[in-house]
Amino acid sequence: MRQRRGLRRRGDADNLAAYLFLTPWLLGFLVLTLYPMAQSLFYSFTRFDILTPPQMIGAANYVEMFTKDKTYIKSLEVTFSYVFLSVPFKLVFALLVAVLMNQRLRLISFYRTVYYIPTLLGGSVAIAVLWKKLFSGDGVINSIISALFGVKPPAWIAHPKYAMYTLVLLTVWQFGSSMIIFLAGLKQIPGEHYEAAAMDGAGKVKQFFHITIPALSPVILFNLVMQTISAFQAFTQAFIISNGQGGPLDSTMFYTLYLYLEGFHHWEMGYASAMAWVLLIIIAVFTALIFKTSGAWVDYGSGE
Amino acid sequence: MTMHKRLQRALGKGASHLVIVVFGVIMLYPVAWLIASSLKAGNTIFSDPGLIPKSVTLEHYIKGWAGVGRIHFSKFFLNSFFVCFWVIVGNLVSCSMAAYAFARLRFKFKGLWFGIMMLSIMLPAHVTTIPRYVMFNSFRWVDHPAYLALILPKLLATDAFFVFLLVQFMRGIPKDLDESATLDGCTRAGLFLRIILPLSGPALVTTALFSFLWTWDDFFNQLLYINTPQKYTVPLGLRMFLDATGSSNWGAMLAMSVLSILPCFALFFSLQKYFVQGIATTGIKG
Repeated sequence: MRQRRGLRRRGDADNLAAYLFLTPWLLGFLVLTLYPMAQSLFYSFTRFDILTPPQMIGAANYVEMFTKDKTYIKSLEVTFSYVFLSVPFKLVFALLVAVLMNQRLRLISFYRTVYYIPTLLGGSVAIAVLWKKLFSGDGVINSIISALFGVKPPAWIAHPKYAMYTLVLLTVWQFGSSMIIFLAGLKQIPGEHYEAAAMDGAGKVKQFFHITIPALSPVILFNLVMQTISAFQAFTQAFIISNGQGGPLDSTMFYTLYLYLEGFHHWEMGYASAMAWVLLIIIAVFTALIFKTSGAWVDYGSGE
Repeated sequence: MTMHKRLQRALGKGASHLVIVVFGVIMLYPVAWLIASSLKAGNTIFSDPGLIPKSVTLEHYIKGWAGVGRIHFSKFFLNSFFVCFWVIVGNLVSCSMAAYAFARLRFKFKGLWFGIMMLSIMLPAHVTTIPRYVMFNSFRWVDHPAYLALILPKLLATDAFFVFLLVQFMRGIPKDLDESATLDGCTRAGLFLRIILPLSGPALVTTALFSFLWTWDDFFNQLLYINTPQKYTVPLGLRMFLDATGSSNWGAMLAMSVLSILPCFALFFSLQKYFVQGIATTGIKG
């Protein structure tokens, strides 16, 4: 008992040391996160061009966004379709490949390395430039398609109907991180579960849906949340592919790209701040929704 | 095991290899094409899907390296390395300090701060972008020759993700070490410097590695805070190249793209195990 109390007292004495160690982070959080957040909330109710002081205009920015600004509505459409396409495809792909790789095969770590390469490079300007060239009218993808099928395909990047899909493809291509997280999760599933199921006559497909998916559901939840959050914020690739314009016909006008243009090209910083807050709310709502539904499909292994 | 079963299993494995290899080739084709095309002669290389150049030439590299608007491409590389170096230093120092407090020390409001730190990882950066810009602009940090706007936030552990990564790792270090060191009269700071930091090597390498990659590829912040071409980093240099040369000099453009991804390749292949560890234990976004 006495010893316990001694330990406890020493624990309290950590306060000073702990806060000293936390100082850089605390300063950063207060000065570079919390204060700017409050400030951007304030800006969102103003007109502000950085050169002159902000002018209060009430909720006008928000009203303008949802009632008058067609480009804004378009950017929402583009971003939502991008998120809804790229995230599920990326996760399904990552999961299937992870299952395929979760075998005792020779060269498996080499394969894993190779499959991670697109993720390693995908976020760079270099790869965006490459994509732009690959999917252009006279690009390699079209040479291959016309050689194989004898048709003349459109210029994907320059076509308002298809430009966004090239970006979805680029994102799905980078499934490496999700794959590695899934692989780590798969390694945790005890082999006996599969053996027992096989004894009961369950085939591979049935095992996948009845053992793998439930056991992996916490990892799926994690990947789903993280990928959704980052997909809403996609920027670089759309910027490079559309020369920073979001074209053709605003078809690659991602939310953050429009925010950038409003804030730093038109210097409508009040408007851009309002956009940022709406984005925060959208992301928070989606995250909450995902967590809310997770009770129904995530299995934390209570039965074990 | 019967012959039949063994055969079946071997066939199954063979099929797995086949699928993985075929699919891997398709996946890597764009990167392979990028590298191959940067070595092909002439300026009609873009419709040619082949991967083996008829004759290998370095002309695109020589032209590209000469740069644009009288700025040598090496300048962009030096600038990028400068920013990356200081970002790594900042992240290592500030994030490991915060992580030590969270992982090892007992203090008031720990749960609250930890929760806030975790939430800040998920916070979209755009909510702070504009006020930060206004603030840094008033400090005259926009287009600063020492890239203060890009580097200083890292000294304040704004990449909370790395704090989390390091906390996870430090929690795994056996506690008896601290206790015996404390009995020997070691202070909290001494404990951090002599025991926790040296034992956190792998997590620190992972932190440095991802700090490098994310800064090397970061386009948004560099676009905001760097204005003059002399100070451009590699992503901005590439983008200027793209705008300036248009369709006229794609060969050089591709050659510089290859060079820009080389450092990532080099790090990846030399430090592979840290990648897998880092991603699998924390679930790095990407």
